[in-house]
Amino acid sequence: MNTVSADPKGVDSGPHFMDGDQAIAEGALAAGCRFFAGYPITPSTETAERFAERAPEVGALFIQMEDELASIAALIGAAWGGRKAMTVTCGPGFSLMVENIGLAAMTETPLVIANVQRGGPSTGLPTLTAQQDMMQARYGSHGDYAIIAMSPDSPQECFDVAVEAFNLSEFYRVPVIILSDETVGHMHEKVVIPPADQIQVVPRNNYSGPKADFRPYKFDGQGGHPMTQCGDGYHFHITGLTHDERGYPVMTAEQSKIVITHLMEKIRSNADQIIRLDEDQIDGADVVVVSYGITSRIAVKAIQDARREGIKVGSLRLITIWPFCEKRIRELTGKVKAFVVPEINYGQMVLEVERCAAGKSKVISVNHCGGAVHDPEVILDAIRKANQ
Amino acid sequence: MSTHEIRFSGFGGQGIIRCALITGKALSLYDDKFATMTQSFGPEARGSACAAQLVVSDERVLYPYITHPGILLALSQEAYDKYYGELPKGGILIVEQDLVKLSGEHPELELYRVPATRFAEEVGNRLFTNLVALGFLTAVTKVVSAEAMKKALPGLVPDRFLKANIKAFEKGYEHGINTLNAGGAAS
Repeated sequence: MNTVSADPKGVDSGPHFMDGDQAIAEGALAAGCRFFAGYPITPSTETAERFAERAPEVGALFIQMEDELASIAALIGAAWGGRKAMTVTCGPGFSLMVENIGLAAMTETPLVIANVQRGGPSTGLPTLTAQQDMMQARYGSHGDYAIIAMSPDSPQECFDVAVEAFNLSEFYRVPVIILSDETVGHMHEKVVIPPADQIQVVPRNNYSGPKADFRPYKFDGQGGHPMTQCGDGYHFHITGLTHDERGYPVMTAEQSKIVITHLMEKIRSNADQIIRLDEDQIDGADVVVVSYGITSRIAVKAIQDARREGIKVGSLRLITIWPFCEKRIRELTGKVKAFVVPEINYGQMVLEVERCAAGKSKVISVNHCGGAVHDPEVILDAIRKANQ
Repeated sequence: MSTHEIRFSGFGGQGIIRCALITGKALSLYDDKFATMTQSFGPEARGSACAAQLVVSDERVLYPYITHPGILLALSQEAYDKYYGELPKGGILIVEQDLVKLSGEHPELELYRVPATRFAEEVGNRLFTNLVALGFLTAVTKVVSAEAMKKALPGLVPDRFLKANIKAFEKGYEHGINTLNAGGAAS
């Protein structure tokens, strides 16, 4: 990935006491995001507020749209207009966005969406936490496509992940989804924003060669391909229809194979480069707790207590949710007695762990229907059970 | 490892959440501690009982919510009624003395009463009630330093009222020190 130092204009360097939502806005601005279109919804509104407040001094554009359908559509337009673009929402808004997330995936448009999860389904629990949109982030829109999703566990990581989300989005030209949650979104902690020259960002890769040679697409299952922006004089066409490398519709089974293979493989075949995990004491562990977001912090408490009881327990924290860390789970399968998967949903990522464990290690789901974080005792009990 | 759990409570509009923001910023940016702050959302934060919580530690805070609050600041009757029962023996209870009628003497608690609203009016506006209370809390709990608290104010109070807020804080702080010198808690 070609990177450059961040534009100092967008970087509010120094220590701050801010919440996770605000930190996402700061991360986005540091990464070079200069367009935000969104519709306010609890518990994500603080990101929009922060972005709106900072937009004039940074030279970014903030638009409050009429709804979430318009917001995501505006992002696609902004991206092809040359801006790095983002929006923020939670479950009900994300549901409205999924159609055009598919359009963004199909047209290979870089953009970032933060989903600060609250309890669902429907309008559910507006002010209370959940992690119930994990599968929706991956499979919400129809058809075969791949996205990248990341889950921060603190305001500091909200900042870090936001920068990385933009970098991955630019390189792979794919929607990247930040799966935060109400707890992380609304909790205030210290956030240290580094100086601009210590933040590496992937700049927009605009084509600059001869006009006749420009192709907005290259179906080779890789990232790093240039795009263009409206007004630069390069002819291009983007459509949700299955298309050729010029972007013009070619609606055949043969072309579908070419396009879909590319959309899937640019993420799947680069999973090792994309995936970030935070591991602790996994070597020699009998039990591995797989967790993410706020739940991983609650889990640490249970893990520490279990270790005091003499249980060999490791922690595998998913910073990258999608693509899923299949390889790592398969490596551990058979070596560990069991995986314990606490999450604030009825059991979503546990399905991925079960798929990769393929019956060779026990998988214990510690589910929770939302509205609060786990009681660490419940996770501790599951670890004890897993160790038997 | 020392950990403190503090609940700030009152009614919406008193600056309760601001209290927790100032204290959290002071601790984590200037006192070299880890502080995690959570707060009420929804209708309760806009008029009726409102609360903000702070977990303070020498190490990274894992569980972000308070489970055993040892310090309670209650600036309204409803807040006092709702939360004083969760304090353990020896817990610190600070109430706004003109707004809270105690249901008992609470001999099991370290009880402090502060005329925060009255002092704020003396400084110029009852809007500074929260800063008087914070100054008092800083003095009697010693969880956070007064220097850090004052350093935390810019950006969290309007620039044009910074001086008045510092004055309110100092008035509360001074009253806290005097209270300690006069023999400490009321019970």
